[in-house]
Amino acid sequence: MRISLFITCYNDTLFPGTGKAVVALLDRLGHQVVFPLEQTCCGQMHFNTGYRREAYPLAKRFISIFKDAEVVCIPSSSCVAMIRDYYPELARENNDEQMVAEVKSLLPRIFEFTELLTDHFKLEDVGAYFPHRVTYHASCHGLRSLHLGDKPLRLLKNVRGLDLIELQDTERCCGFGGTFAVKNAEVSTAMLGDKVRSILNTRAEVCTACDNSCLMHIQGMLHRQYAGVRTLHIAEILAAGADQ
Amino acid sequence: MSLITIDPRKAAPFPEAAAEILRDTQLRKNVAHATDVIQYKRAAVVAEKDDWQALRDAGATIRKEALQHLDSYLEQFEQQFTRAGGHVHWAADAEEAQRIVLGLLREVQATEIIKIKSMTTAEIDLNRNLAENGIRAYETDLAELILQLGAELPSHLIAPALHKNRQQVRELFAREMHLPNLTDDPPALAEAARLYLREKFLKVKSGVCGANFLVADTGSVCIVESEGNGRMCLTLPDTLIAIAGIEKVIPRFSNLEVLLQTLPRSATGERMNPYSSLWTGVTPGDGPRNLHVVLLDNGRSEILADTTSRQTLQCIRCGACQNACPVYRQTGGHAYGAVYGGPIGAILTPQLFHMEHAQSLPYASSLCGACYEVCPVKINIPEVLVYLRSKVVDQNRGKLASVFNQERVAMKMMARILLSRERFETAQRIARVLEKPLVGKDGWIHWLPGLAGRWTAARDLEALPTQTFREWWKERGNA
Ligand code: SF4
Repeated sequence: MRISLFITCYNDTLFPGTGKAVVALLDRLGHQVVFPLEQTCCGQMHFNTGYRREAYPLAKRFISIFKDAEVVCIPSSSCVAMIRDYYPELARENNDEQMVAEVKSLLPRIFEFTELLTDHFKLEDVGAYFPHRVTYHASCHGLRSLHLGDKPLRLLKNVRGLDLIELQDTERCCGFGGTFAVKNAEVSTAMLGDKVRSILNTRAEVCTACDNSCLMHIQGMLHRQYAGVRTLHIAEILAAGADQ
Repeated sequence: MSLITIDPRKAAPFPEAAAEILRDTQLRKNVAHATDVIQYKRAAVVAEKDDWQALRDAGATIRKEALQHLDSYLEQFEQQFTRAGGHVHWAADAEEAQRIVLGLLREVQATEIIKIKSMTTAEIDLNRNLAENGIRAYETDLAELILQLGAELPSHLIAPALHKNRQQVRELFAREMHLPNLTDDPPALAEAARLYLREKFLKVKSGVCGANFLVADTGSVCIVESEGNGRMCLTLPDTLIAIAGIEKVIPRFSNLEVLLQTLPRSATGERMNPYSSLWTGVTPGDGPRNLHVVLLDNGRSEILADTTSRQTLQCIRCGACQNACPVYRQTGGHAYGAVYGGPIGAILTPQLFHMEHAQSLPYASSLCGACYEVCPVKINIPEVLVYLRSKVVDQNRGKLASVFNQERVAMKMMARILLSRERFETAQRIARVLEKPLVGKDGWIHWLPGLAGRWTAARDLEALPTQTFREWWKERGNA
């Protein structure tokens, strides 16, 4: 299958390893990945911070690049949530009939990375090997907007060598929330403190999730504390061991 | 000096008030503990209902229908309530409501009233206004009594004293009720309150309450509660005045079948409320003879007119969104600078104040969606939050000050960059150069200037990778 990758602006810039892992895994599963170089950003940051006017052309731009894709794979549940939950609204409030139609036709072809594997390819074992103690943080958008449920966990459980430890209060927000982390830095830090405490209690070496945004936040405090836990996007775990 | 107030016109921005509260270790422990307990109870009784999601849908439908035809349902309620022997008054704002209540109480020469816990009376600051006019209000709800005796502010819709633990309550009661030997045993505390209040119930002839629901087709008023004090206030006085927001109306008596299932489960984790009181007009020889309802607008019709944020008025004040909210969990209600705290407060307060005050509240959320997930009438709070954020941003567009606003400048610049592939790729390269002086020996950034410094106050940031994904992709040769 021909899969168009929307890497997202921050993965492109900050977490290329996640993109490489997605490409490696989809390759391994026999698919062809295309990466439209025109892509930039879905508009989420602007939309969520109140800059709806600025988000609208970014949304239109995204659609014009991906509207003919067979399927679109996005390794970020918050960007998928932006597209699914708010593109129809943006189109409507701008009385943009064309966008309404294009969004409607595109949405069924948009998949978050673990959705693509479990829902579309019906896979739970992707042949990965990752001999580490790992805990999973359920990011808010994946959980409550995409309803990922235990899809990521089923993928992780099938990774050979992986010791999966349940994270207490895994469903509670880490406090990132985009610009919230800066605009409400104190509360955000307090929330992150609770999350980090739960992570340390698992004695895991790796904390994973479907969103690098949460992981960047969590990692920020773990690193500050010399905590001995690293964060890794789920794609990087699922792609591991490909050469073995 | 403390920044804490519940008057949105005077309140500090949320981040500042929150920063003060975050240092209160006792409050944070109390709030986290109390919300954990209620959430746990709620989850258990919600799990019993196989049709919970259908009940939420039904609740949302009922509330939407009421709002859709609010004018006619309110008129129908007025007709039915009047026919049954009551009187309906319309108040455009808080001052008018205060005036009406004061006038009604003066007519019966009241100098004291007993009260049932009511957010609406708190919204219009009724107790203070009555006190200034020589009428003393006695709160009869245990939590409200605690707040009143301690001159404290409410911090939760259902459990307004949830930021206090029982040791603190014991201390307060011992002091205010002159009971030096009181223990912090909950039954002992309840007994102390009971004895203190019993005398008022029997003596005071006028009562003031809110309303959970106003039923249009029968003209009934419904109040649910847990302690029985409310039942006393509703039945013992001669004069009873209920103050209710105009959105409290529901079309039909039969709608209670849904809402009286979802409200108690969401609010207190009970299958039904210990006391559900419903009264329709005056019955000779039984209950109050002088019966009034004050219908309060106070900004609500403006909210009603906006099709995106109208859903705010679906709220049945169960408090579930507060208990579920990870932000509220850290700060409790006082940081929200209004009587309505937590997620519902973050959307309701700014709108009640015509988007002129409380503009930091729509930003007081990480948009995690836990509120929406638990809301028994399916208010999409995150959707309304981001919508109100756009109103805040749009209000400031074109103002001179916005030219110097760091966030605004950054957002505008980012939008321009992201609209072009070339500019985006250039920005990625420039960022790698610009960050160089900030990157530590370990390859991480520990300090950033300006707004971004609020990130590095508690969190490190990894330096940019030497190659972006797209650079790798192009190099790989399949572009
Ligand atoms: S918004 Fe929903 S969850 Fe929050 S208090 Fe109102 S009804 Fe309850």
